[in-house]
Amino acid sequence: MTAREKILWLVTNSCLGDTVSFLNSSHPNYRQLIEEFFELCYNNFLSSAEGERAAEILSALAAGPSDAFTLVVEGTVPSAAEGLYCVLGYRRGRPWTALEAVRELAGKARYVVAAGTCAAFGGPYAAHPNPTGSLPVSKVVRRRVINVPGCPVHPDWLAGTLYHLARYGEPRLDEYNRPVLYFGETVHDRCERRHYFESGIFAREPGEPWCMYKIGCKGPVTHADCPVRQWSGEHTSWPVGANTPCIGCTSPEFPDGVAPFFEHLPDIGTPAVKVTANRVGLLTGAATALGIGAHLAANILSGRLAYTIRRGLGAAKKPASLLQKSHRRKVKQRDGKCAGP
Amino acid sequence: MRRTVIIDPVTRANNQGRIEVVIEGGRVVDCRSSCFFFRGFEVMLEGRDPRDAPYFTERICGICSAAHATAAAFALENLAGVRPPRNGNILRNLILAADTLQNHIRHFYVLAVPDYVAMPEKPPFTPRYRRGYRLPAGVNARMIEHYFAALDVSRAAHEMVTALGGKAPFGHGIVAGGATVPPDAAVVLELRSRLGKIREFVRGKMLPDAHAIAEAYPEYFELGKRSVRLLQFGLFPADPERREFHFPGMVVEEDRSREVDAASITEHVRHAYFEENGAPRAPGFARPEPRPGKPGGHSWIKAPRYEGKAFEGGPLARLWITGRYRRGVSAMDRILARAYETDLLCNLMEQWLEELEPDRPVFIPFEVPKEGEGLGLTGSMRGNLLHFMRVERGRISRYDIITPSAWHFSPRDDLGRPGPVEEALLGTPVETPEEPVEVGRIVRSFDPCYACATHVMVGGRKVREFIV
Repeated sequence: MTAREKILWLVTNSCLGDTVSFLNSSHPNYRQLIEEFFELCYNNFLSSAEGERAAEILSALAAGPSDAFTLVVEGTVPSAAEGLYCVLGYRRGRPWTALEAVRELAGKARYVVAAGTCAAFGGPYAAHPNPTGSLPVSKVVRRRVINVPGCPVHPDWLAGTLYHLARYGEPRLDEYNRPVLYFGETVHDRCERRHYFESGIFAREPGEPWCMYKIGCKGPVTHADCPVRQWSGEHTSWPVGANTPCIGCTSPEFPDGVAPFFEHLPDIGTPAVKVTANRVGLLTGAATALGIGAHLAANILSGRLAYTIRRGLGAAKKPASLLQKSHRRKVKQRDGKCAGP
Repeated sequence: MRRTVIIDPVTRANNQGRIEVVIEGGRVVDCRSSCFFFRGFEVMLEGRDPRDAPYFTERICGICSAAHATAAAFALENLAGVRPPRNGNILRNLILAADTLQNHIRHFYVLAVPDYVAMPEKPPFTPRYRRGYRLPAGVNARMIEHYFAALDVSRAAHEMVTALGGKAPFGHGIVAGGATVPPDAAVVLELRSRLGKIREFVRGKMLPDAHAIAEAYPEYFELGKRSVRLLQFGLFPADPERREFHFPGMVVEEDRSREVDAASITEHVRHAYFEENGAPRAPGFARPEPRPGKPGGHSWIKAPRYEGKAFEGGPLARLWITGRYRRGVSAMDRILARAYETDLLCNLMEQWLEELEPDRPVFIPFEVPKEGEGLGLTGSMRGNLLHFMRVERGRISRYDIITPSAWHFSPRDDLGRPGPVEEALLGTPVETPEEPVEVGRIVRSFDPCYACATHVMVGGRKVREFIV
């Protein structure tokens, strides 16, 4: 690589978990990331500049040439109260909201990358009832946003995507604009405990070494390579390896659509909150309706979906509709010929 | 000459804040601590399954997630009347302690060190202030090496969280009812190996570096000073029943100390962007609505007070209460205490790893009651954390959280009295208003976590019946 790609990392309504996770990167480690592979212009956790000097970095990039940097956004962009729920600094005597800053800087950036589920899909900070009117980055800018979800994002997913962009251009993306390289298959498809699922050996409580499906595992509807990649930067373990369910944190419907975390059939109506099926979303809405019977179908289906995406055989269909269709197909197949992909 | 200096954003903190100081005759004569983002976590928790609270509230903060999981698990266990098995308690202590090692090492090197060490002349270390660096060249160069080494060591601390909880941050290892990874020989051996490497770094690099900074910048023992008004909730239960803590809870005012009484906590909102309904409230009493741009407001952080007064928690308070460090309450004392506590935690963790029993349970299954209330208090990386949960018809109907940084970075209370960071800044000499390095150093000695501080929505009812 010749010049190192400049990275501008904007933290909006966030817990900073994605920055912290990025620091957990081992190969490359942080020093290599900022010295060999990228030039990190700004990140509010890591930059020495504070106050005006920090604001000037952003203003200069906003006023500078186009395509000079890649914009990474971590966090949601609040839209309620004219964006006043998240102010990044003061400019020309008035608050510079995240809403304005993201729009302005995205207009100049070579690529826009949403790091973590909040920036990619809304995530926890847009959870019901979404008091701040939080939106994912793709809903506030008029251009393609490459979504690298995860709560937090795995350091490999983000570093690898940034490297791909700098070195080879845009990676192959799925229908949610997630890189297929990392999000092409479901957790369930690659789970090390899949054989317990097939054999019907299920954990009854956290801490047991069996399949986590019945205590809420969302692996069957979650696209990510956690089972083979493992967490954190040094690939030590992962949630199912720690005898707990996958809670679907890379899904567009996280967290509302995959809650309760310890129930495999999400119940929707609650005394305090009225959540409509639309709000809860397609993926688990379908899973709820179909239950464990459909689950097998879902898993056959997701296998097909992954194949379709990975081989690049045209655009994938919406998983939910596919799920339902496959369930119908499965029911038909049960009557006649053998089931299976 | 009177002059207002605004630092916005305050960087090298967990998310960003704003500090405004008025300088007259070369000293800070007035200041305001503010924060300008808001999320509304407590409202989002309403209607959710109570068992989701530990994982959900972890998302409040990317650098201290294990503390939120702990407080939420305590709240739910208190509600349900259950306690974890012995192994479960020890494993949860190990997870929170490992996350604390990660936090302390990152705070010292990534957030604080660039205030005292001239970092390399390239982004993200430029642009920066030009004055005020006075370490000898050799020491300065060594500390830059340690800065990068610290990132690998803090990752190792997060790998310990991962080994016991599947990932970090937001590990799954702390749940109401205990922990989830049985401590077999493979797990214990790996943890001991990682801990040994971390301890080697802390003793060999971090402590000497903290001393070198203290030696080169001795005036910071006089700057960022407050009177001795320290508050600490218990941290790391010594037994599953939570009768004793390795760092006990205590209120210290000058030379007097007493037990913590949660009923003495109130929250003031006159200078925060919330509707003001009458007198300051105890947590869980009423539910003020957010009001962006409220006249007289200047922050999304509310002002928690204990018996109406501003208190400070964190490593210095913990070491003070246990009699391990009582030199003073200043910017440099906070930094040194954090380094000493990092070393101390390595010893404690070593001891806990010895106490684990393979083949003994780590988790106790329990039924979540359909109705009830639970309060979870725990010490955390940078101070004190309170979670309060009310459950109706099997769902969370009200949730309250008061975080450490809300205590520290709070705006004025209803009577106009300053919060701890504001107190610490008053009277600070600022040599060059264009480069107010003194202000940033004092602010960062508190280990700011604006992400935690600004999630807050009060709700529920008084927690009078809970005495800690």
